Amino acid sequence: MQHTRTQDTIVGLFVASGIVGLFFLAMQVSNLSSFTNQDSYTITARFENSGGLKVKSPVSAAGVKIGRVSAISFDPKTYQSVVHLNIDAQYNTLPDDTTASIFTSGLLGEQYISLEAGGSDDFLKQGGKIEITQSAIILEKALGQFLFKSTEEKK
Amino acid sequence: MIEYLQHLGKNTRTSFTKLGRGTYFLIQTVTGITSVLLRPRLLLNQMYSVGVLSFLIITISGLFVGMVLGLQGYYILSDFGAEETLGVMVAASLVRELGPVVAALLFAGRAGSALTAEIGLMKATEQLSGMEMMAVDPIKRIITPRFLAGFLSMPLLAALFSAVGIIGGQIVGSGLLGVDEGAYWSQMQAKIDFQDDILNGIIKSIVFGFVASWIALFEGYDAIPTSEGVSRATTRTVVNSAFSILGLDFILTALMFGDN
Repeated sequence: MQHTRTQDTIVGLFVASGIVGLFFLAMQVSNLSSFTNQDSYTITARFENSGGLKVKSPVSAAGVKIGRVSAISFDPKTYQSVVHLNIDAQYNTLPDDTTASIFTSGLLGEQYISLEAGGSDDFLKQGGKIEITQSAIILEKALGQFLFKSTEEKK
Repeated sequence: MIEYLQHLGKNTRTSFTKLGRGTYFLIQTVTGITSVLLRPRLLLNQMYSVGVLSFLIITISGLFVGMVLGLQGYYILSDFGAEETLGVMVAASLVRELGPVVAALLFAGRAGSALTAEIGLMKATEQLSGMEMMAVDPIKRIITPRFLAGFLSMPLLAALFSAVGIIGGQIVGSGLLGVDEGAYWSQMQAKIDFQDDILNGIIKSIVFGFVASWIALFEGYDAIPTSEGVSRATTRTVVNSAFSILGLDFILTALMFGDN
């Protein structure tokens, strides 16, 4: 039957185009193509205040993304924020006196962790700790200090 | 007062009876799936009338929805100097919400109403009872292939809707308004997560396809076998499908995207 054969072809085309659509969404729209389950190691950093940092926030060194934040928790003994960083295994030469700071990309952008390498010869390994940290700058705090200072000067 | 209460009680009872009949109907339909898989020809014919014939309306609507999103998003984002994130906005709203929901609403209007009318008329012209006389189970022969076709077509249609919409947003955003094309795609790829956004959108569309096909087929099967009854059933299909799709969308969104 001629009719059903063309119908078959059209249904086939329809299903194929739907799958192409799904494929397009997966590859072109989402980050699946760059998502490779690479090896990584985890290090922790303690901050006085981790501000608006979130799980999955980027970790960068010299402006290049080298990992992600994997977990954030509160330490009830030291009242600090403990941030776990997942660093790609290929970047395994971070010195153990690396400093971690929380910055904001742009004025209203999301927060990220910036690592600055130190001069030590020993490298950070799985479970390593970053000792020197700089907390997030809370805009309200900074504004408060600024206002306080300017009124002091007027006196 | 008593009359009012009686009326209320009767209405409540009728609606619960209908829900029960609908559930029974759904169980019968789902158990018929194995026998349909043995005869894929039936399914293929229905894929044609349910899926392929909705293809055009879905893609064209998707294109325009994406273009409007590109235009409106550009006006708002350019106030903050954040035009580059247009891609994220268009893709996130399409993949998470508009793709599954609008595609399902269009599907209910285009394919659902046609299914109800078809089955209602089959019932009115006693084709369904004729089949029963010939010892052919009308649920397995008529209902299940249509149900399966709707259920399978919906995710494909929703994915097409989102994909075409994202391209439409790109046409308007970087073609007409001058957003950098590289930024449109790279920001999108950085922010849209396959599991959180795209997979959840697909799950949504599967649920909507299930519900929309179920409602359309049941309303047709349950229609009063007169021309007026069929017309009422068709109206009820569109209204009930729209309600259930939007209501379910709220619940699914709260479940899926609630924790961040």
